Amino acid sequence: MSVELLNFIETVLNGLMSGVMYSLVALGFVLIFKASGVFNFAQGVFALFAALTLVGYQTGQVPFAHLINELFGTNYHNWYASMPNFLAILLTMVTMIALAWIIERLVLKHLVNQDPIILFMATIGLAFALEGVGDLMWGSDVKVLDVGIPSGGSVWLEEATIGLAAEGSEYYGMYVDVLNIWATVIAVILVVSLALFSQYTKTGRALRAVADDHQAALSVGISLRSIWILVWAISGFIAMVAGIMWGTESGVQFSLSLIALKALPVLILGGFTSIPGAIIGGLLIGVGEKLAEIYIGGYFETGALENWFAYVMALVFLLFRPQGLFGDKIIERV
Amino acid sequence: MIYKETGQYKSSYKSDHAIFPLLQDKIAFSTLMFVAFLIIPFVINSYWEKAILVPFLIFSLAAIGLNILTGYCGQVSLGTGGFMAVGAFSTYKIMTYFPDMNIMIIILISGLITAAVGIIFGLPSLRIKGFYLAVATLASQFFLVWLFNKVPWFYNYSDTGQITVSERTMFGIPVTGAEAPSYATYLFCLVLVVVLSFAAKNLIRSKMGRSWMAIRDMDIAAEIIGVPPLKTKLSAFAISSFYIGVAGALYFAVFLGAIEVTESFDIMTISFPVLFMIIIGGLGSMLGSFLGAAFVVTLPIGLKFLMVDMVGLSAVTAKHFEITIWGLLMIVFLIVEPHGLARLWSIAKEKLRRWPFPY
Repeated sequence: MSVELLNFIETVLNGLMSGVMYSLVALGFVLIFKASGVFNFAQGVFALFAALTLVGYQTGQVPFAHLINELFGTNYHNWYASMPNFLAILLTMVTMIALAWIIERLVLKHLVNQDPIILFMATIGLAFALEGVGDLMWGSDVKVLDVGIPSGGSVWLEEATIGLAAEGSEYYGMYVDVLNIWATVIAVILVVSLALFSQYTKTGRALRAVADDHQAALSVGISLRSIWILVWAISGFIAMVAGIMWGTESGVQFSLSLIALKALPVLILGGFTSIPGAIIGGLLIGVGEKLAEIYIGGYFETGALENWFAYVMALVFLLFRPQGLFGDKIIERV
Repeated sequence: MIYKETGQYKSSYKSDHAIFPLLQDKIAFSTLMFVAFLIIPFVINSYWEKAILVPFLIFSLAAIGLNILTGYCGQVSLGTGGFMAVGAFSTYKIMTYFPDMNIMIIILISGLITAAVGIIFGLPSLRIKGFYLAVATLASQFFLVWLFNKVPWFYNYSDTGQITVSERTMFGIPVTGAEAPSYATYLFCLVLVVVLSFAAKNLIRSKMGRSWMAIRDMDIAAEIIGVPPLKTKLSAFAISSFYIGVAGALYFAVFLGAIEVTESFDIMTISFPVLFMIIIGGLGSMLGSFLGAAFVVTLPIGLKFLMVDMVGLSAVTAKHFEITIWGLLMIVFLIVEPHGLARLWSIAKEKLRRWPFPY
């Protein structure tokens, strides 16, 4: 094989992997949008909050330490030195479920039957509030998250591919981050278990019923509110997984919450209401971005297409399919 | 009793079409204008100018712009920051190429340039709707900010990527640059805001405004009764962008003086706050744009005063608190009064009409 072709394959492979990361965030959006019609802008901040909490539990930080120290002149920092990863993740999950419950209780309950734009603004408010609370609780410094997922280039893949190039050409094998491979594996497990859950359990059926038609679901005796709590809790869980992945890669800091903005083009590309759409949309955008960076980005001296390329790509798709690739067909009547 | 319309008969079409049909409204409005034009310029100081009045006026203009698009025409846009950046950078480029041009004309031309850009980014609205459109407008936000950040021609190849305003005068008094006196910048913004608000108010009451509202309420039905969607949606995008562009030009030239595009026109610092202004003020309401802008501009100042000066928190913690309270207030407001401050005002008017005899 020629080096160009190998490079192309490497780019596509890396694109697919980073696409999986986008899909992870988009998945949380889709679940909530299907079940409650809320376009949850706070999904990215969910991921940030989960990652912050996880690090906080791991290192035994005292919540609100800065605030308490400033108000009362005390000097609290840590309770204990460290906590096993497993326990910390479990506790974070409990926290995210509690958060879902609080959100349903304090926000969603009062906003039933409002315009979608009002609900959307409320989730922006939620994003601000949660970001502030996260910073107040755990401090805003950049943290290192390590739950034992290996990272760095995959040696195995590098060695396996180095011989593929033609004799005598300079080729050093493909570079793929092990972390991304792990993310892919975890995402696949997550999606498969979600699909099984919604297909074969009673609660899963109720979930699909609510997503289909609120009124009809209510009339057969499904409690909307418990379903909403469940859905937000699942989204919180997915956010935690996304937070762990992104946090391991680039540290836990404010910019983590901006992955929500990365997930939006994935959403409009795949359709707001489709879980396969979120996955395939994420993969398409991931590959598209990486290819654009390498093959088009060279023509601009300035580079850094990544910020907007995904949006423009999604926009072009939308012009041909206004509901996204897999979204429900939009039927309008007068 | 205070707000009573009984006995105020209209005997001509002209008085029937007046913007302020009631005597009380006329009195209130003239008092406001009197205070704004003849009292505040004499008592204004630099703190009030920089912290409250000028940002309030500029953001009112941006809020009116977004309200035309979102509140009146029903097209949700998250690209406000990008369009304000277009206004700011066109002002900068025109200033460097035409050193003798009047600043008022420069700002209006910047508005027109932004309107043209707005039409281009409004094109997808013909095909996509709702949240899909909202996300699509984010494309304009990211693309425009990237463009101004990465193409050196826009900031005249300066090393820092910053653009800085040079001094321009109106009637011999500097209105931009570091030397401009407080009353001059204030009056400059005020005149633009008052003139443009009247223009907007009248546009909304015209055929164009009515077709916007028809599209907002139900676009298919509007199309069937003969409202052309292409012309209507694009005109809303153009006019909305004009206002936002003028606001951006003022934000750069009069208010900040020097800007760095990724910081000053970020989605978190401009686009969402302006959207919040029109929602908290009231979608589809001129008064709401002003009330919302006033609320959003004054709230952080009040919160900062409360927490840093009264409680004595450090600036960083206070900032985190501010974000939290800010978010919570947004939620509370949406729960308590989703139709915004303008609705509260109309309820108050209703109460005043009957007061003090409620029955």
